[in-house]
Amino acid sequence: MPELVKTRAIPVVLYLIVMYLLVRVSLTGAEAMGYNWQWYRIPDYLFRLTDDGFQWGEISLGLVTTLTLSLQAFLIALAAGLIVALLRLSDLVVGSALAVAFLEFVRNMPLLVLLYLFYYVLGPIFGLDRYAASVLCLGIYHAALVSEIFRAGIQAVSTGQWEAARSIGLSTGQAYRFVVLPQSIKFMLPPMAGEAVHIVKSSAIVSVIAVVELTTTGRNIIADTYLSFEVWFTVAAVYLAITLTLSIFVTFLEKRYAVKS
Amino acid sequence: MAGRRPIIEIRNVDKYFGEFQALNDVSLTIHAGERVVICGPSGSGKSTLLRCINRLEEPSAGRLTVDGIELTGAKDTLRRVRTEVGMVFQQFNLFPHLTVLENLTLGPMRVRRISRSEATERARKYLDRVHIPEQAEKYPSELSGGQQQRVAIARSLCMEPRIMLFDEPTSALDPEMINEVLDVMVELAGSGMTMVCVTHEMGFARKVADTMVFMDEGEIVESSPPDAFFSRPSSKRCRQFLDRILEH
Repeated sequence: MPELVKTRAIPVVLYLIVMYLLVRVSLTGAEAMGYNWQWYRIPDYLFRLTDDGFQWGEISLGLVTTLTLSLQAFLIALAAGLIVALLRLSDLVVGSALAVAFLEFVRNMPLLVLLYLFYYVLGPIFGLDRYAASVLCLGIYHAALVSEIFRAGIQAVSTGQWEAARSIGLSTGQAYRFVVLPQSIKFMLPPMAGEAVHIVKSSAIVSVIAVVELTTTGRNIIADTYLSFEVWFTVAAVYLAITLTLSIFVTFLEKRYAVKS
Repeated sequence: MAGRRPIIEIRNVDKYFGEFQALNDVSLTIHAGERVVICGPSGSGKSTLLRCINRLEEPSAGRLTVDGIELTGAKDTLRRVRTEVGMVFQQFNLFPHLTVLENLTLGPMRVRRISRSEATERARKYLDRVHIPEQAEKYPSELSGGQQQRVAIARSLCMEPRIMLFDEPTSALDPEMINEVLDVMVELAGSGMTMVCVTHEMGFARKVADTMVFMDEGEIVESSPPDAFFSRPSSKRCRQFLDRILEH
C-alpha cells in the first residue's frame, strides 16, 4: 500500500494543482462574465427520487452507455489485436504483410475519419446502426494499438522458452497458450490498462454521430438548459472517476502478478 | 557397443547462418543405446549439430534421420520426432510461471494426452530419479541451479524419449553443483538411454562415453572410442584441444 501511494502521489498532487488552477480561473472568469451558477439543478441529471421511486438521471444513463460501449470495443480490440499480433509474428508472409498493412492504415488515420468511414461508408453497406458502427470503429482502432502491446509482450519472453516448449513436442498453439502468453501477461498488463483508459476517453468522439453516451448527454442537457459550466465540470469529473478507478485497479493487478515470478 | 541399430543418421549436413558456415559436411551415425560425447572449442558447431537433431535449427543441406523418420519440414513428423528426443539446455529453460510438477506434467498431458493423475505419478517417479522428490510444489526460481537442471532433465524424461540430447548442461552451474547433475546423467547412461552430450566434463566423458566426437570449425575432426581418443588422438587439432582442457 505505501508504494501505491508513492507511485500515485506525484501525479495526484500535480493533478490537484492543475485542477485547482482550472477551477480558479473558470470561477473568476464566470464571475467576470456574470455567469449564473445553478449547481442545484445538476443532481437531477444524476438521479431522481420521485414519488415513483428511484430513477437514474440522463448523465448516469450516458455513463452506462459510455461504459458498455468502451467495454465492448475493448473486447473487440483484445480479440482482433491478438489475431493481428499473432499474424504479424507468424511465419506466414501474407499474414504478417496483412497485419502490417492493417496496422499502418489504422495508425495513420485520424480516429474521426475512421469513425466517419465506419458510419457513413460501412454503415449503409453492412446495415450498421450508429451504435454498432461506433463499437466496431473504436474496437478496430484500438486493436491496432493493442496488437503492438501483445507483440511486445510476446517478444519479451525469451527464445529459450520457445525452444523448451518445442523440445517437449508442444505445437506452436500450445506453446503460446501454456508457456508464452501466461508469461507475457505481466509485460502486457500496464500498457493494456493504459489502453482501457484510452478507450474510455476516445469513446467521447462518437458524440459526433450522436450516439447518446456521456459526452452527447452533456451536450443535449446544455442545449436544453444552457448550464454549460456545471454540466461540463460534471461530465469531466465522471470521466475522471472512471479512468482513475481503472488506474488504481491496474496497480493492484500489477502487484498480484509481480509476486508470482 | 550397446545396440547395432542406427537411431540417428546424419548425412552430409551443412548449416549456414547468413555467410557463416556453422556445419560443414557433417556425417555421423549414432546407434540405439550409444552414449556420444561431443567436444570442441566454442563456435565449432557442437550445439548447432545437437540442435539440428531435434530441428531447433534447420540444416541448410544434407539429410537427417531420427529413429527411422526423415526430418523434413513437415510438422507432424517434426512433433513425432521431438517427443522421441528429449533436450536439456545450458540455461535450463524451465517454465518460470509453473511449479516443478506442472513443468513436468505439461508435455505428457498436452502432447502424450495422458490423464493428470497418470502424468503426476510419472512426474513424481522422475523427480525421484533425479533425487529431488521434495521440490515438486515449488517454482523454478526457488531452486538452486543444480536442482533446476535436474528438474529440466526430469521434464525431458517425463516424455519417455528414446534419445536424450544435452547441450552443455553444466556450463551455467556453480562448480559445487556440477556433480549432482553429472551423477544423474551417469545414472541415466547406466539405464541404456541413447545420449548425445555436448560437454567439456572429460571425467564424465571417460566414465560413460562409447564414442568421443571432436569438432572444430564446423567439421567432425575425430570420432573414436574414449580409450583411443584420450590416449592417442589422431589429429593435431584434437591433441591441442585436449592438452588445453586437460592440463589442470
